[in-house]
Amino acid sequence: MTVSTHPQPDSAVLVDMYRKMSLIKQNDEHARKLIMSGRLPMIYYSPRGQEVIPSAVSVNLNRDDYICTIYRGTHDMLAKGVPLDALWAELAGRATGTCKGKGGPMHITHPESGCMITTGIVGSSMPIANGLALASQVKGDGKVTVAYFGDAASNIGAFHESLNMASVWQLPVVFVCQNNRFGEHTRFEKATAVERVADRAASYSMPGIHVDGNDPLAMHAAAKEAIDRARNGGGPTLIEAMTFRFHGHVFGDADGYMDKTEKEAAMAADPVPRYRQWLATEGHAGEDELAAIDSGHEAAIKAAVDRALAAPWPEPSELYKDVFIHDLDAV
Amino acid sequence: MSKQITTLQAINEALHHAMAADPTVLLFGEDVADPEEGGVNGASKGLSTKFGDLRVRSTPISEQAIIGAAIGASMAGMRPIAEIMLMNFMTVAMDMITNHAAKLRFMSGGQTAVPLTIRCTTGAGFGTAGQHADYLEAWFAHTAGLKVVTGSTPAEVSGLLNACIFDDDPCIFIENLPAYWQKGEAPADPGARIPLGKARIARAGSDVTVITYGPQVAVAQAAAEAMAADGVDVQVIDLRTIVPWDRDTVLEAVAKTNRAVVTHEAVKAFGVGAEIASVIHEELFGQLKAAVQRVGAPSCAVPYSNVLEKAFMPDAEKVMAAIRKTLN
Repeated sequence: MTVSTHPQPDSAVLVDMYRKMSLIKQNDEHARKLIMSGRLPMIYYSPRGQEVIPSAVSVNLNRDDYICTIYRGTHDMLAKGVPLDALWAELAGRATGTCKGKGGPMHITHPESGCMITTGIVGSSMPIANGLALASQVKGDGKVTVAYFGDAASNIGAFHESLNMASVWQLPVVFVCQNNRFGEHTRFEKATAVERVADRAASYSMPGIHVDGNDPLAMHAAAKEAIDRARNGGGPTLIEAMTFRFHGHVFGDADGYMDKTEKEAAMAADPVPRYRQWLATEGHAGEDELAAIDSGHEAAIKAAVDRALAAPWPEPSELYKDVFIHDLDAV
Repeated sequence: MSKQITTLQAINEALHHAMAADPTVLLFGEDVADPEEGGVNGASKGLSTKFGDLRVRSTPISEQAIIGAAIGASMAGMRPIAEIMLMNFMTVAMDMITNHAAKLRFMSGGQTAVPLTIRCTTGAGFGTAGQHADYLEAWFAHTAGLKVVTGSTPAEVSGLLNACIFDDDPCIFIENLPAYWQKGEAPADPGARIPLGKARIARAGSDVTVITYGPQVAVAQAAAEAMAADGVDVQVIDLRTIVPWDRDTVLEAVAKTNRAVVTHEAVKAFGVGAEIASVIHEELFGQLKAAVQRVGAPSCAVPYSNVLEKAFMPDAEKVMAAIRKTLN
């Protein structure tokens, strides 16, 4: 057992983290199966292996706190509470989806659960997160905004502009870098001039936390520290959460750029079953309770997929809705 | 005679009015707060003093972060005005503008509107050359979801800016730098809004219709006065809103004159004039007495030398030459 000895939240929170991790893991398994079987062809960026990070973050957030995430983001969305039915209907391109089928897998938006944007552009979650945090600062509404992004996004100009601005204005925002060791097909070390993304926080006079993002207790402690600081007016934090993606960049890529041994070792150390076992061993949850969580998710995901695939397609007239249209276009 | 004010004063008064009228209106951009002199041209003078540092902020020179912050704030119920000092500087924030501001309302199925206004200024005439004076409206006009607006007099600028601030879509509001210090009639009400998408007849005329916007309205009017001496009666339409443009007013006007010229300061090739000319041809082909003529800048960067800059800009002579072509 490698789970660290960080201060522990109570059992209810620990189990809640597992509830989210289990949901993300099973949801991903369904997505990959549906693609492989041809039942639901879609472009999909699997977050499998990165379940711990948003689960540990989200148990420290309120429902009306904001997140901004990226195309590899279903784990972030589910952890924040985006409902399965609306999510799956959007993945399936249906009228009942979160975005009426106009956004798709890379662009889920669900303000009701605080998921304000999912961007398909590397690095673009951060500037927008600042704006949400700025609105909270102006209104004094006490909300915190979390911006999720990958390690490669820390090499984009928007990262540096955003961290600088957030620090200058002491915005209530937390920047969570999920360092899965690859930017598309290129290894982190080959593309990044610093050993640790967290070190970049020093340039912007904000705390930088380098943490094992697959260790639920360590990740929980890091997230809590940063979110508490933001909520209490202490300004932004950069968290670099170390993790590993199990299924390449886009699902279906050949992984030829990955070291097989490294990947196999990461998958053998799968954080979800490891944490499940720890919860049982430490007496935070019984096997029955954990099994009920797993089977409950399984049933809910299956039902959501079935409903999504049976849901109506959007009408072509949707092209002319939610956007102003030139008269000459409205045919 | 009614009160005369400069375009800068009109902008400043409109901003004051909007911020006083609605506490969700925010302003940020480089140097916009009073310690930084209320903007390099003073357009936002007095606002940070009156409305405070939370609502009016001088920013780092970080255009992506400025537009991103405006997008996020607008998604959380604010009406931000982001000032990008010069239109050319919008090029370093194009991801935020075209991939995000323009599209999020549609891509989210209507859940997240982006009611932000991006103010920028531009225009040749001051010897600022190729990276400080471009008219790039066609780029934004070609991106679905953005409204593109520009005024031609102080009162027009005031009314259109107010309309943009309170519009629920992202608006690109283009100001003309040389016009900042030109005077015109003050608006009767600094809070008045001119509806977006409605053109105005800047000069009545029955022989040829010139369609234009921004600083070219004055150029077209000068051309019209000169043509009047030759007995040619030129109508001038100020589009005000480039997107969505007032197709009805333009087509109705050209249906009467049967001759049209489109002029803008931007490069002619692939410009807004091409779209307007094309629609006129599609709709009125049978009744046109001549092909629609386009006037615009040549396909080069805005040049520095005064002589080259003058040659680059579409002036009254060039507009008159185009008008004469429609008469032959």
